[in-house]
Amino acid sequence: MKKSTNIDKLYPVLSIITIIFLWQIIVDLNNIPKYILPSPKDIALALKDDFNLIMTHTKVTLYESFVGFIFSIILAFLLAILMDSFTIIKKSFYPLLVISQTIPTIAIAPIFIIWFGFGTLPKIIMVIMACFFPIVISLVDGLEKIDNDYLRLFKTMNASKLQTFYHLKLPYAIVHLLSGIKIAATYMIMTAVVSEWLGGEGGIGVYMVRAKNAYALDKVFASILVIMVVSILTIYIIDFLGNKLIHWKTKKKGV
Amino acid sequence: MKMHLPTTSYHKGGYSSIINLNGIEKSFDDIKVLENISISIEKGELVSLLGPSGCGKSTIFNIISGLTPQDSGKLYIDGTIGYMQQKDLLLPWKNIMDNVALPLTIKGINKNAREEKVKKYLPIVGLEGYEKSYPSQLSGGMRQRASFLRTLMASEDIMLLDEPFASLDSITKSKMQLWLLKMKSKLNNTILLITHDIDEALLLSDRIYILSSKPATIKKEITLDFNMDNKKERLLSTKTLKLKEEILKLL
Repeated sequence: MKKSTNIDKLYPVLSIITIIFLWQIIVDLNNIPKYILPSPKDIALALKDDFNLIMTHTKVTLYESFVGFIFSIILAFLLAILMDSFTIIKKSFYPLLVISQTIPTIAIAPIFIIWFGFGTLPKIIMVIMACFFPIVISLVDGLEKIDNDYLRLFKTMNASKLQTFYHLKLPYAIVHLLSGIKIAATYMIMTAVVSEWLGGEGGIGVYMVRAKNAYALDKVFASILVIMVVSILTIYIIDFLGNKLIHWKTKKKGV
Repeated sequence: MKMHLPTTSYHKGGYSSIINLNGIEKSFDDIKVLENISISIEKGELVSLLGPSGCGKSTIFNIISGLTPQDSGKLYIDGTIGYMQQKDLLLPWKNIMDNVALPLTIKGINKNAREEKVKKYLPIVGLEGYEKSYPSQLSGGMRQRASFLRTLMASEDIMLLDEPFASLDSITKSKMQLWLLKMKSKLNNTILLITHDIDEALLLSDRIYILSSKPATIKKEITLDFNMDNKKERLLSTKTLKLKEEILKLL
């Protein structure tokens, strides 16, 4: 079994190598100019030459993403606890949260730039707007889905509201929360980059726009590559931390 | 009107009882669930409530444990209550030690004291060495025993067991029934048991209250005063068979 899963992992790697190889050959054979479609070799060279600059910009994007992400988690926790404790708050805000998701990010980013300038603040706000929703919804749903029998168990033990929250609701909701956090993690870098396109002083999105305006498509592709790698790493790290948090779920039967 | 036996008068005095329900009535959305339920349980007794599924037996437990208020009737309880529901309800994110010690944690007892207390009981329920295991790693019978011990940690006076063995396979079930008898003789606490299994009630109980289907009323009270020292022998007794026939007619 284990052997076959290892081979399974090899298939996508092989197909990627094939695609890159074909891409290189097609560009070389047809003499496609760099400003139309750079070859994989051009992209690699652009990445190597501009590596330091790309990294400086990437740091800005990562900063915006993670600050926004962490704020989303904190805000989501606060709101979810309030919504769980007071039905009236839940009834008032839950529909608003759903409606807020229909607001297109790209449309309001320029407004934020007008309000908050070209710095990192409007980007962080955009990231919060994108990440907050999946986290808070997963948390609220998790808190709501707790088996009534468990709640009765805590009642018969005379547990206080806080004790019930700490020993029952929070750990129960964390499983649901993780699925929301994983979705948010895929959104966060993308959102930061898109907000940077619309105007900013630094960040990989700003770099991309500048490169595109100079028709340096090899640099555009190089930054796309960096965004992909960073996103995959982020998701992997969050997945890893999440699994640590719910280690009890992955424990196998039979000691 | 259905007849019901005046159960409190059955016992001398009636005030020595640790649980006393007198004329308890309960309706949910105009549907009567409990009608004139009078039960009294003496300290150290193991009493069963036997009735068809969904007849409102659990509602009686909910009233005794204070989860649901009764509409009318008097309720008297002398002691603390541990309520074990049908499902084991162990928290999957806590290991067995933390699960069993949960009622003590909620009472605010410090870590050392509660671990010491749980460690004292773990061998009795056959879970010694499983302190660090998680519920998902244990068998159904073991989880049920852990849940039993947690109920005991909540209260050593009175235990309400709501069909505790209903979800187990028949072999594990009969093992657990004998185990419960052993526990009972060691702990000498008061146990009130809900069951729809006639054989289970006949094997375990000192007394059985037989309940009718909705609205639940007490149809009959049966005292089992034979093979008290070794209830296991009841399985072979002709008295048991006669009682079973009588109960079957009633249900």
